[in-house]
Amino acid sequence: MSASLDIRLKRANKVYHEGEVLAGVVVIISKEAVQHQGISLTMEGIVNLQLSSKSVGVFEAFYNSVKPIQLITSNIEVVKPGKVPGGKTEIPFEFPLNVKGNKVLYETYHGVFVNIQYTLRCDMKRSLLAKDLSKTCEFMVHCQPQKGKLLPSPVDFTITPETMQNVKERGSLPKFMIRGRLNATNCVITQPLTGELVVESSEVPIKSIELQLVRVETCGCAEGYARDATEIQNIQIAEGDICHGLPIPIYMVFPRLFTCPTLETTNFKVEFEVNVVMVLHDDHLITENFPLKLCRV
Amino acid sequence: MAAVQWHSRVRNYEAELQGCRLESVPVEFGDYHPLKPITVTESKSRRGGRKGSTSSSSSSSSSAAPDPLSSMLDGTDPLSMFAAASVGEAPAAPHGAGSGEAGRKRKEKEEEAGVGLDFEPWSAKRGEILARFTTTEKLSINLFMGSDKGKAPSPGSAVSEKVRTRLEELDDLEEGSQREMLNLSQQDYVNRIEELNQSLKEAWASDQKVKALKIVIQCSKLLSDTAVIQFYPSKFVLITDILDTFGRLVYDRIWSMCSDSRLLPDSFSADDVNDTAKETCLNWFFKIASIRELIPRLYVEAAILKCNRFLSKTGIQETLPRLTAMIRGIGDPLVAVYARAYLCRVGMEVAPHLKDSLNKNFFDLLGSFRQIHGDSVQNQLVLQRVEIPVYLTLYSPAIHWILQCVSYKAPEALLTEMMERCKQIGNNALLLNSVMWAFRAEFVAARATDFIGMIKDCDEAGFPKSGLCRPPESERLSILNEAWKVITKVRSPQDYINCAEIWVEFTCRHFTKREVNTVLSDIIKHMTPDRAFEEAYPQLQSVIRKVLTYFHDFSVLFSMERFLPFLDMFQKDSVRVEVCRSIMEVFIKYQQEPTRDPVILNALLHVCKTMHDSVNALTLDDEKRSLALLINGFIRMVSFGRDFEQQLSFCVEARATFCNLEPVMVQLIHTVNQLAMETRRVMRGSHSRKTAAFVRACAAYSFITIPSLTSIFSRLNLYLLSGQVALANQCLSQADAFLKAAVSVLPEVPRSISVEGKLRSSEGFLLDFINNFLSTLLVVPDHPEQGVLYLVRGLLNMVQDYTWEENSDAKVRVYISALPILAAMSQESYLYCIPKVDSNETLYGGDPKFVAEINKLCETLIGQVLDHLKTLGRDEGVRRQGSLAFSLFGCLLAHGDLRNNKLNQLAVNLWNLSHKHGYCDTRTSVRTLEYIKHQGLQPNMSHISEMAQRLSLQSRA
Repeated sequence: MSASLDIRLKRANKVYHEGEVLAGVVVIISKEAVQHQGISLTMEGIVNLQLSSKSVGVFEAFYNSVKPIQLITSNIEVVKPGKVPGGKTEIPFEFPLNVKGNKVLYETYHGVFVNIQYTLRCDMKRSLLAKDLSKTCEFMVHCQPQKGKLLPSPVDFTITPETMQNVKERGSLPKFMIRGRLNATNCVITQPLTGELVVESSEVPIKSIELQLVRVETCGCAEGYARDATEIQNIQIAEGDICHGLPIPIYMVFPRLFTCPTLETTNFKVEFEVNVVMVLHDDHLITENFPLKLCRV
Repeated sequence: MAAVQWHSRVRNYEAELQGCRLESVPVEFGDYHPLKPITVTESKSRRGGRKGSTSSSSSSSSSAAPDPLSSMLDGTDPLSMFAAASVGEAPAAPHGAGSGEAGRKRKEKEEEAGVGLDFEPWSAKRGEILARFTTTEKLSINLFMGSDKGKAPSPGSAVSEKVRTRLEELDDLEEGSQREMLNLSQQDYVNRIEELNQSLKEAWASDQKVKALKIVIQCSKLLSDTAVIQFYPSKFVLITDILDTFGRLVYDRIWSMCSDSRLLPDSFSADDVNDTAKETCLNWFFKIASIRELIPRLYVEAAILKCNRFLSKTGIQETLPRLTAMIRGIGDPLVAVYARAYLCRVGMEVAPHLKDSLNKNFFDLLGSFRQIHGDSVQNQLVLQRVEIPVYLTLYSPAIHWILQCVSYKAPEALLTEMMERCKQIGNNALLLNSVMWAFRAEFVAARATDFIGMIKDCDEAGFPKSGLCRPPESERLSILNEAWKVITKVRSPQDYINCAEIWVEFTCRHFTKREVNTVLSDIIKHMTPDRAFEEAYPQLQSVIRKVLTYFHDFSVLFSMERFLPFLDMFQKDSVRVEVCRSIMEVFIKYQQEPTRDPVILNALLHVCKTMHDSVNALTLDDEKRSLALLINGFIRMVSFGRDFEQQLSFCVEARATFCNLEPVMVQLIHTVNQLAMETRRVMRGSHSRKTAAFVRACAAYSFITIPSLTSIFSRLNLYLLSGQVALANQCLSQADAFLKAAVSVLPEVPRSISVEGKLRSSEGFLLDFINNFLSTLLVVPDHPEQGVLYLVRGLLNMVQDYTWEENSDAKVRVYISALPILAAMSQESYLYCIPKVDSNETLYGGDPKFVAEINKLCETLIGQVLDHLKTLGRDEGVRRQGSLAFSLFGCLLAHGDLRNNKLNQLAVNLWNLSHKHGYCDTRTSVRTLEYIKHQGLQPNMSHISEMAQRLSLQSRA
């Protein structure tokens, strides 16, 4: 007895916005006719929060994880109890993506301590003797474009030993001078982060220059709140002792799923930062941090 | 069997010839005949231009008959057409990928139409680079499989950053995926890379796209490693091959996704692409954008640059400049310049119309040019013990390529600007060299003087390749003077000769021997001190080659005073022979008329002598053969016209000079024989006292030369040939001597000789020779002081005493074949004769004693044959017995007088014997019998028809 259940969404990229309709087909493939007690679709949107062990105790982190926040849940019946004929059966469906009340659909985001995920589950109930069949597929939600004009907010920066903080022995630092510019810190999530950087001088040869994209997740709960910064990705933009005085481009694409428009709610926050990291040949690490504000237009 | 009595059949050759001749029927005009000249009455217009094959209806008697084969073909012949097609195909499918795919790619390429055939493709460079940049040092490959640093951390793990990376590293080690291979030889390295290429294809085929991507990333990571820097260009070539494969796989995959419903046209736009394909494509780009390291990210994105076409129209246009800018982030100048070369290559392939990023690449290159002399590079070179000049040559393939892309169909103004900017950059020889190499010849030519000025300023000696171009007529001399002024000042002989080598071609092409002579003398002046030429043989050789390419007239060539002194600089034997050889090759190829010019003869004799003197005991046979071929070609080209004596004395001199090369000796003998025959022709067959003496001298020449040959069969054949020539020239005693010598050499013939390196029995050759010899003997008159048929007897005695192979019928076969000649000798008038030489027919005039002598000889021979037949009667011999008996029967039938009863009976017996054991070829028997019956119908042949009745065929027996 082999019957398989599958959900195929019409959109290849599986991205939907609030108010739109998820259209697709439920595909049942079996050799023989399948008797069932009804096929239903369930849509669910959940924010999972987890406390980091750094902020609270290990046990609390494990046990006391914050209750998931439900964003959306709804259920429809696709087929009434009956029989599906053998072969491949496609049952089309349309499922509106509407929220109840004043809830907002946050954008899909996969992080470390915060996860926003939307799923569509198809269940086929069957008689006692046969196992129920179930299939889950994830779909992406992009939030509505933010209103208001996005102001480009270019940032010019200069990094020298003097501008550094957290330096134990300022005297031991080699001399260097790096100038640069980020074209915007208010970034459109679909557009790459751009800018340029010039090594004007450096006493010690440069080993590498990298862009580190960092997420800052904050979870609030009864005990207080936890704020954790973790790396999303690290992109090298210069390798070796690059030509001084020649501007090198800063360019980074924001990865899908792992980034979302900067989000601030009562229970949790998701923010992003970028670090420009320079590694010198004597293994000095020089980092300059820039908070970013991501949005979707 | 009692002794047989032989009677030769009386022949009337004239009548037989008449009888055998086919009836000649005149061919009517319009009748078909295969050998008739092709006549085309209707003149068709022919495609293609094979001139020889057009034929006209007015067949003039003087014009050569058209070749019927060539008229079958119109246009180019099919072989060369295939060749042309495959040449065009080769660069399109360098990896031997599916031919359909290659075809499609080629079509695409053509449609994009940006790159014409005049653009030297990368595939041409590839091999060159691989061959040029090699190393003997040990290489290493370091691959981290399985760790994808760009990958986002799995959600849920809340450990700190450092711990996580460490754990990841541990994981990698556990998987055993970190493979570091040390101490690889270059070949090992190439093999490993090829393995990676294979595993990439396998991974792709088995749908492991992530693994495929990882392989590609790891491979391109190898390009950031500049250990063993001399090998870097080759490494680049190998790894970009993998990237090309990858790019093609991805492109084809996405292309196939779009085309499941309908085939996408080649000129599709992003709108034609369906969502799934777009999504897949986008996924690839996102994945690549998250590669951590700069160099892999750059290379992999460049590899799939073409896929941008699926996403948007302007994708490539936007990506190229971005990638170009990205290269600025590469610190190592060598790595950067090759990355630029790759980007230019991909750019040219995908979007040749986008010139801007190409230019930008070049300007960026200039901008960062000073990096080459930076500290980190210097440190690295010291560490690897590589010298700066060697290091700089590593750049040239990449810069060549970039400049080639940039300058391809570039406007004049741009080139000028580039030159200006190159000038500003410290006028580096490396750049200058590439600029001259890559820019259009006309462009360089127009500014030749500028360039020479720049070369002059240039501190490091470059390779002025502008010799390859054609500056305007008026400036040529001044350019040459200018350039030579610079060159002559170059102090290092090695650098000097490198430059001079190029300029020699320029001089040869555009100037006369005077200038070339000057140049040669200058080279001699520079290269002689301290025997500097010893280090520069390849360049000097190339100078000679270039001179030879442009000077085909050897009288001009050798009248250059400095040419022979120039040759004297080649003092290493092998090189000198090589040079002589190339001179001779050119001579043989271009010398049309035989020559007697003493300058040429002397010089070439000297050249040939050099080649000849290089032969020693260790010289290979092939080498000897090819040298001999060249010298023979020279000897054939020498002719003193009517001055035969001088020609003979030349041959004498040549014999003395080339005594070690047997083929040359043979050629000389042939030449002298030909000389004798030529003399005869000139004298119309009747020699004067003087010419008679001359031809005797020729004969003497041959006679004393032949014994020095080692090959027994060339000796035999030459004796025979020279004997025939002597006979034709009425030198009877000489001819006698030749033939006698041949007979006396016969016993020395070994039983087996080596033919093309294999040991073969000499029997067949010997039989051939003896038959040939016998037929000559017909016309040789007997010596007055020797007995009758002195030579025939001598020959037969030799045959008798010769140690034939055991179990061989060769001896008997010689006897059987001697019968016809003896029969022919007993005729009243001979089948053929030599004008002005009295053969035995006139000497003896059919004297019965002479005939009796012949008959006795025949009887002895037949007796011998019959004895032999008897010994064959047992066991395995019967087959041979049958065949021998049959051939003796044939001989009797043709030459014996079968009216004689005994002979008749013998013939019948032989027939029966040959059929006794059933080994006879029935068809031959039937045919023979028919022939006999046919003969029997003729008058005076009744005895034959009677005999025919007594012969029975096997089947009836």
